[in-house]
Amino acid sequence: MWTWFYKLASPPYVYRVAAALMPWFLGLALLTIGYGLIGGLVWAPADYQQGDAFRIIYVHVPSAWMSEFVYTTMAVAGAIALIWRIKMGHAVAAASAPIGASMTLLALVTGSMWGKPMWGTYWAWDPRLTSELILLFLYVGVMSLRSAFEDPARGDRAAALLSIVGAVNVPIIHYSVVWWNSLHQAATVAKLGKPSIAGSMLWPLLSMFLGFMLFYGAVLCLRLQGEVLNRERQSVWVREAIKS
Amino acid sequence: MNSGGFWSMGGYARYVWPCIGFACAVLGWNLWSARRSLRAARLRAGRALAMTSGESR
Repeated sequence: MWTWFYKLASPPYVYRVAAALMPWFLGLALLTIGYGLIGGLVWAPADYQQGDAFRIIYVHVPSAWMSEFVYTTMAVAGAIALIWRIKMGHAVAAASAPIGASMTLLALVTGSMWGKPMWGTYWAWDPRLTSELILLFLYVGVMSLRSAFEDPARGDRAAALLSIVGAVNVPIIHYSVVWWNSLHQAATVAKLGKPSIAGSMLWPLLSMFLGFMLFYGAVLCLRLQGEVLNRERQSVWVREAIKS
Repeated sequence: MNSGGFWSMGGYARYVWPCIGFACAVLGWNLWSARRSLRAARLRAGRALAMTSGESR
């Protein structure tokens, strides 16, 4: 297990693995997202309270989950880079940030569009909505901080520290609907015991979630290759890779 | 669900379809910008290679 972990510290290995995995991730992502969209928009019945407006769940919930997952990945990668001085950790964190920011924006916009017909407003300073907005600011802050330093190594370290400190917001987002009185509905899928959502609605949602995960994997592989090339530009293996 | 009902989304079309459209746009942007940044990194690495091989001559 440790051999595999150490291999991930090797830029040429990461570059090769990312290039090999990308088409698989993308192909499977398109299949699962396609199934999830057809299942969610066509096959799933309308909700008995929300009608067809509930179908926004098929893009809102996966993007909200991904916004938290990608941030956690970014913070863990930053911690690995700081503790074990593995440069690839910084590359993973830098590659993840724009993907996570876009997922957070998607979650906020689709949540707002869902809020209007259900709550009568596009926005409320509700704990869930506010903590998700803070997450977007954290992503933007991490990306800005990384590019604010002339020395890329210092930028990486500062961004890693901010992402680790900001990780405290992830459980706050997740449990905000439990800890405070919230306009936002409580968990329906990721709750202990049985999810309170019918199977015909749940399977397309799980497929969308898997699809978003695979899509993140595909885009991460693409961005990671670029990060590795930028960071290792002067290395012999990059020259050989570019020549070939 | 019939075709008319599908597109009208039970009267919620103006909320549902923009969400689906925006999601597709975000996924498309991610793929496009990732490919663009990889292409730019390859170009930069190629330029660095050309400069070092020019210096060594």
